Amino acid sequence: MSGPSTYKPKPGFETWLDQRLPLIRFANDTMIDFPTPKNLNYWWTFGGILAVCLVLQIITGIVLAMNYVAHTDLAFQSVERIMRDVNFGWLLRYMHSNGASMFFLAVYLHMARGLYYGSYKAPREILWILGVIIFLLMMATAFMGYVLPWGQMSYWGAMVITNLFSSFDQLIPGLGTSITTWLWGGFSVDNPTLNRFFSLHYLLPFVIFAVVALHVWALHVPGNNNPTGIEVKSKSETVPFHPYYTVKDGFAIVIFLMLFAAFVFFNPNALGHADNYIPADPLVTPAHIVPEWYFLPFYAMLRAVPDKLGGVLVMFGSIGLLFILPWLDRAKTKSMRYRPIAKQFWFLFIIAFLVLGYCGSQPADGPIVLVAQIATGYYFAYFLIILPLLAKLETPKGVPTSISAAVLSSDKKGQ
Amino acid sequence: MVWPFVDQMNPSGDTLALASTEVDLSQIPEGAQIKVMWRGRPMFVRHRTKAEIEEAQSVSLSQLKDPQTDEDRATAADGTYRPEWLVMSANCTHLGCVPLGDGAGEYNGWFCPCHGSHYDSSGRIRKGPAPTNLPVPEYVFLSDTKIKIG
Ligand code: HEM
Ligand code: FES
Repeated sequence: MSGPSTYKPKPGFETWLDQRLPLIRFANDTMIDFPTPKNLNYWWTFGGILAVCLVLQIITGIVLAMNYVAHTDLAFQSVERIMRDVNFGWLLRYMHSNGASMFFLAVYLHMARGLYYGSYKAPREILWILGVIIFLLMMATAFMGYVLPWGQMSYWGAMVITNLFSSFDQLIPGLGTSITTWLWGGFSVDNPTLNRFFSLHYLLPFVIFAVVALHVWALHVPGNNNPTGIEVKSKSETVPFHPYYTVKDGFAIVIFLMLFAAFVFFNPNALGHADNYIPADPLVTPAHIVPEWYFLPFYAMLRAVPDKLGGVLVMFGSIGLLFILPWLDRAKTKSMRYRPIAKQFWFLFIIAFLVLGYCGSQPADGPIVLVAQIATGYYFAYFLIILPLLAKLETPKGVPTSISAAVLSSDKKGQ
Repeated sequence: MVWPFVDQMNPSGDTLALASTEVDLSQIPEGAQIKVMWRGRPMFVRHRTKAEIEEAQSVSLSQLKDPQTDEDRATAADGTYRPEWLVMSANCTHLGCVPLGDGAGEYNGWFCPCHGSHYDSSGRIRKGPAPTNLPVPEYVFLSDTKIKIG
């Protein structure tokens, strides 16, 4: 909820600065006095966690780039050198590679929160769409980052993903091939490809940073949604961001960093794939290629469709749907707390997504394909059929009149 | 104005110049294959057995997703037809993995484990998500035991 600024600069430097570049006012209004609903739960801490992840990736990335060589003959060795010889190189690389995983873990939870509490609905459609754009940029960044160490999975991942575009040959013969040739800068994934991926991998996080700024701006106009999904009615339903949420977010960030540290120090390769410690070999594909865990659900959708172009369209469509979600689910009640039927379908959706992740990690034969097809069907049905229908059919239950009413009634029940 | 920025990503002059690869066939016994690199991509060069050739020739075009006769596929750009030699791309036409050879898959040709595409002993797609046959590059016979791809 942005309103007139309440910042009163101290006399002297603060006033002088405020009349020229109101930086302190800006920081105060966005991070200190910002009125925040008083009932946010821990699902709301992932925004702050994501910001920490982005900053960590950028810092570790910049120092890795000081030691990394983007050339097919040297990339793998340069990463091994980072691991063995560069001072603390092992730590920086493990922070960066596990940091990407933690980033995705947080973004998935952040998005699931949005789906559950209806945070994509009016007046937050643009906020949501900016979020989906960030998610897409993150996927592009992580994909290109994974190519850089030039191991077997790097190479074959790059091959498979860039070849997705060759499916456009089925639309207009030659179109797909021209796109892949252009993406590769040659006739296959090769040195030019690695070079441009490094350039873009360096660039995109800063683009993400800019979109995050827009995302936060779009957040600060309507203000936060909250677990009741009811808009803030008066100032008494809010608390200033600092100290209430700086402390709550700070606590969550510390817990999250502990999990991160557990991976970095005790099991740094648990989330990776052993084949990526074998240098890229264009002549031999590993027996079972899989993407990083955070792409598995989408990989499963790609493989669920027996047709090449069809699989590609389904995979991109699954994210495309998120863009129009605010207009698919027209239910007035935002929070699933008060939507007894939609809530069950939401849980089923989460399960379907996890099942897809599992299917993506397994070789695609027999029952796995069928299971992936069912789960893919449900994923699309949830957005295209279930939510639009429930918006018309479902009767919400127990919607409180205001945030305060909800907080007080749960106090009475002793919750 | 935009075009130079787009076009710089297309293959450069030196990449285009790496045009051809020569292969010595005398080193490949019957029933074996080798992989060679041509323009950064792997190519299969297979010395097929009698049985493989017969099997490939006996398939009727109506059974094929991407109809092509075996003779078409095993003929070099100079018109030489020596069915024991099959030269073709080693990147699956689905998403580019290198299929397993030596009679793999349900059609005794190649099998791509990435997403389960089966190719027959002529490298034609028979089952799975790949849309087309493994493409045959331009190649010519320089002598009885030597070919030049590209
Ligand atoms: C959105 C933020 C980012 C994400 C999600 C991300 C993700 C990744 C991933 C998954 C890898 C492969 C790790 C491995 O298995 O070795 C990687 C590698 C790399 N990244 Fe990033 N990255 C991000 C930001 C950056 C930035 C800002 C830079 C440079 C300024 C950078 C530089 C590098 C370098 C040099 C490598 C290769 C070294 C290595 O493989 O460890 N990254 N990145
Ligand atoms: S790459 Fe061969 S089946 Fe997908």
